[in-house]
Amino acid sequence: MSVLVYTESDQGNFKKAALEAASYGKAIADAMGTTLTALTFKANDVSKLGDYGVDKVLNIDSVNDFNAKIYADAIKKAAENESATVVVLSASADSKYIAPLLAVGLNAGYVPNVVATPSNLNPFTVKRTAFTNKAFCNTEISTPIKIVGVSNNSFGIVEKDAAAQIEAFAPNLTTSSTSVTSIDKANDKVTIADAEVVVSAGRGLKGPENWAMIEELADILGAATACSKPVSDLGWRPHSEHVGQTGKPVATNLYIAIGISGAIQHLAGINASKVKVVINTDPDAPFFKAADYGIVGDAFEVVPKLIEKLKVFKAQNA
Amino acid sequence: MKILVCISHVPDTTSKINFIEDDSKFDSNGVQFVINPNDEFGLTRAMWFKEKQNATINVVSVGGPETEPTLRKALAIGADAAIRVNASTPDGYSVATHLTEVARKGNYDLIIAGRESIDYNGGMVPGMLAAMLDANFVTNCISLEVEGTTAIAIREIDGGKEILSTVLPLVIGGQKGLVEESDLRIPNMRGIMMARKKPLTVVEPESDNSATNSVSFEKPAARGAVKLVEADNIDELINLLHNEAKVI
Repeated sequence: MSVLVYTESDQGNFKKAALEAASYGKAIADAMGTTLTALTFKANDVSKLGDYGVDKVLNIDSVNDFNAKIYADAIKKAAENESATVVVLSASADSKYIAPLLAVGLNAGYVPNVVATPSNLNPFTVKRTAFTNKAFCNTEISTPIKIVGVSNNSFGIVEKDAAAQIEAFAPNLTTSSTSVTSIDKANDKVTIADAEVVVSAGRGLKGPENWAMIEELADILGAATACSKPVSDLGWRPHSEHVGQTGKPVATNLYIAIGISGAIQHLAGINASKVKVVINTDPDAPFFKAADYGIVGDAFEVVPKLIEKLKVFKAQNA
Repeated sequence: MKILVCISHVPDTTSKINFIEDDSKFDSNGVQFVINPNDEFGLTRAMWFKEKQNATINVVSVGGPETEPTLRKALAIGADAAIRVNASTPDGYSVATHLTEVARKGNYDLIIAGRESIDYNGGMVPGMLAAMLDANFVTNCISLEVEGTTAIAIREIDGGKEILSTVLPLVIGGQKGLVEESDLRIPNMRGIMMARKKPLTVVEPESDNSATNSVSFEKPAARGAVKLVEADNIDELINLLHNEAKVI
């Protein structure tokens, strides 16, 4: 018996979501009275995982590019190697791609979008979001092996003072007839999936040429940028920024909505975010009912002022 | 090319979500059900393959008789035949098991499902189906071209996208981008009339294979009223975010 966590890295560096998944895995391992093993692929500085409660690291050096089928097979073999009864994954796009393949490989029940540690270990019960954050669902997993996908920013990163034992791991892996031919990714930008702060804007911005101030505000806050559905439908911003029920869900610590009225589908998509700030000219915009803080005002006046004041604040608190 | 499009019957995005029977069941009373939006993008892309590459399209759904109007709508949009697996849907694993039974019998080249359903947001059915069939799999798919037995798909990744080359048989987890919102089709009268004559076959499940069980539901706690800050008092907003909310 043990807990296994897949700690995802990007260009060798662990993603924030991976460290949160490790922290979450440690909490389950403690509750079960067992140890936590992490599986990594070509990661740098794997000993760092000890700081997040990992007891043992299996590092695979032989796999090159991401391939969901091959990665799922590797995680399956690591789970078997460790006799893991719980496998923890993050909510990243890659982990969500892998998870269902792994579930079939291990004959395991899989629950994604989990927001808390298990309320019960027997039967194994976790709380997840459902109906695009309009509700929570307490879900039992009845199979001997359980796979849990933990939501971003739901558990947090917990540092421990411990050392991890590191082993090379070289299982015989399956092959795949799917291959990546090219990747188009901005490496200098914070992604919505990994962001603690998201700055999002809607049709109130009047046109794509006005996004410079949104990007500047995001830059100052170390935030990802996002947008409402009409904005992505109009082609002002890429689909990948569309937040809401048919777009991306956002679970950040701070969500700033600028010129977004707050349609029910948009609010559902961002409901899991902890603190919401809305800036809108219309005091009757539905978003004000869903927000923690609000400013009734024109984005073109408020945002430049906010940028200016935040620069001062950041300089003072650096 | 034979295409199977998996259709999930879900509450419309504007639905108010409530629960009954001690918060153990979704309250479908007064709720309008629709084709899962992610599935509808996939169905519309399938129509493109039908019209440009002579593909045939079957649609399939797992569920009770109440899902049949949703399947009829898919037929009215242009699918050739529909299959309903007459089974309950306790979780994604069982749905994938039932879809696998249907897929095995039909020898499909391409299976398109939505990236996730907007009710349970599991995002697991297409991947599980691919694994059970040992087919290739691309999810979060925003573009798909098929030429012979080769497929080129674009997958949305965190912070960008990647192009994948793969071969049939293939399972796709589709979403917006596969076609644009403006390409979605509203069934016309002729389509609706023809849909009545198209076959809708009901099949019984061969096994019961669930792995998880939804025990109870909760709604998020009601939130306090918004704190309004004057537009000329940005310092106060920064103070609240720093000292009260502690998020900056």
